[in-house]
Amino acid sequence: MNSSLRLIFLFFGLLFLQVFVLNNILFLGHINPYLYIIFVFLYPLKENRIPFLFSTFLLGLGIDLFSDSGGIHAFSLLIIAYTRLFFIKLYFRKVTTDYAFFKLKSEPFGKRFNYVVTLTLIHHLIYFSFANFSLNNISEVFLNTFFSTVFTLILYFLGSYLFNKTE
Amino acid sequence: MQQIIYFFQKFKYFLFFLLLEFVALFFIFNNLSFHKSKFINSANSLTGGLYYQYSKITEYLNLKEENKLLAEENTKLKNLLSKRSVNPGIKDSTVLDTTRYYQKYTFSTAKIINNNYAKDFNFITINRGENQGIQKEMAVVNSRGIIGITEHTSKDYTRVQSILNKNSKINARLKNTNYFGTLGWNGKNYNTVQLSDIPRQAPIKIGDTIETGGKSTIFPEGILIGIISKINEGNSADNKVDITLFNDMSSLGYVKIIKNLYRQEIKQLEENNE
Repeated sequence: MNSSLRLIFLFFGLLFLQVFVLNNILFLGHINPYLYIIFVFLYPLKENRIPFLFSTFLLGLGIDLFSDSGGIHAFSLLIIAYTRLFFIKLYFRKVTTDYAFFKLKSEPFGKRFNYVVTLTLIHHLIYFSFANFSLNNISEVFLNTFFSTVFTLILYFLGSYLFNKTE
Repeated sequence: MQQIIYFFQKFKYFLFFLLLEFVALFFIFNNLSFHKSKFINSANSLTGGLYYQYSKITEYLNLKEENKLLAEENTKLKNLLSKRSVNPGIKDSTVLDTTRYYQKYTFSTAKIINNNYAKDFNFITINRGENQGIQKEMAVVNSRGIIGITEHTSKDYTRVQSILNKNSKINARLKNTNYFGTLGWNGKNYNTVQLSDIPRQAPIKIGDTIETGGKSTIFPEGILIGIISKINEGNSADNKVDITLFNDMSSLGYVKIIKNLYRQEIKQLEENNE
C-alpha cells in the first residue's frame, strides 16, 4: 500500500479508535489506555520532520476536539513527537543515513521496549499533569500515569504481536 | 541577515515545534475559562454529528434506566396533580391563577450525546443548539436533579459544563431553609460533590437534602441536588460538606434545559447597579 495513504488510514483509524472505543473503557472507574500515541512510533523516520510534527499536532487536536480537553492531547503528543529522534539516537544508535531503513519492528525487543516505555511514560505524565492542572493531587497524577501506561503498553505489545504475525 | 536565515535553517524543527506547542497551550488555557472556549470543543457540527450517530447506537443500552426515570417522574407529577385536585368548594373568592400569566421558565428536552465524568474538567455534549433556542448559561437538569450549565453553543449542538467540573460553582442551599453555600467538585468521586461556605450556625445533619438556591439567574429554586453524606468536624475556613448526588452522572440519557425568561432583565439591572 502507498505509504502516505497508509498513514492517513492510520491517522483516522487511531483517532476514531481512541475517541469511540478506548475513551469509554474507564477501567476501575477512570483508567483509560491512550493508544493513539503509537502514531508516533509507527510514523516512518524521515529527514524532513515538518509534516510529521504537523500531523501529530492535528491528531492530538482531533482527540482534544472530541474529548473537550482544550489542547492537552496535542501538547503532550507533540512533545514525544519532537523528542522521538533523541531517543532513537539514544537507544538504537542511529545516524542520519540510517533513517530511511529504520523499522521499529525489526529492532531487538529489549531496545524497542525501552524506547516505547520511555515515550509512553513521558506522554502520559505530561497529559495527566495538564489534565489535573493543579499541584494538589500530585500522587493521583503519578498513579494515573502508571496505570494508564501499563494499560497502553499491554495493548501496544498485544497489537504489535498480532499484526506482525500476519505479515 | 545571513546569520538570521542560517539560524532559522538550523533550528527550523525546534521553532516549528515551539510554535505548535504555543498554539496547543493557547487552546488549553482558553478551554479552562468559561467564557472563552470557542475553539476546541465538541459542540461543533463535525464532532457533534459523529457523537450523535454514536449515541443513536449506544442509547439502546440505557433504555431500561431511561424508562424507570420516566415512570418515577410521572408518578411524582401525578402525585402533585392529585394534591391540587382537592376542591375546597369555596365560591366567595375568585381564584386567580397567576402562574399562567407570570411564566418565568421554559423547559425543553435534549439528549446527551457525549458524557464525561472521569476527568477533572468534565463536559457534556447535547443535541440541541442555537437553532432550537439554546443560549449559553442555561440550566441543564433531569428529573433526579441538576446536571450542569450550557456553556458554548453551535447551530445544532451545545457543550454543557457538568457539575463534575472543577470550575463549576453553583448556588445551593439546605432544603426548606435559607442557609446558602457554593456547590463545587474536587475531582475525585463522580457521585460526590462538595458544598462549601455554608454558615456555621446552619443546622446540618447527615442525610439532609440539598437543593438549588435560586439566587442565580440560571437555576430555578428548589431543584434537587443530593443528600449530605459527610460533615467536616474540624474548624476549616470554608466549612465543607460532602454531598451524594441523586443523579448517577455516569449514565445520563435525556435532559431538560431550563430557560429563564427574565434573565436578560435581571442581568441588565445588576449591571446598571455596578
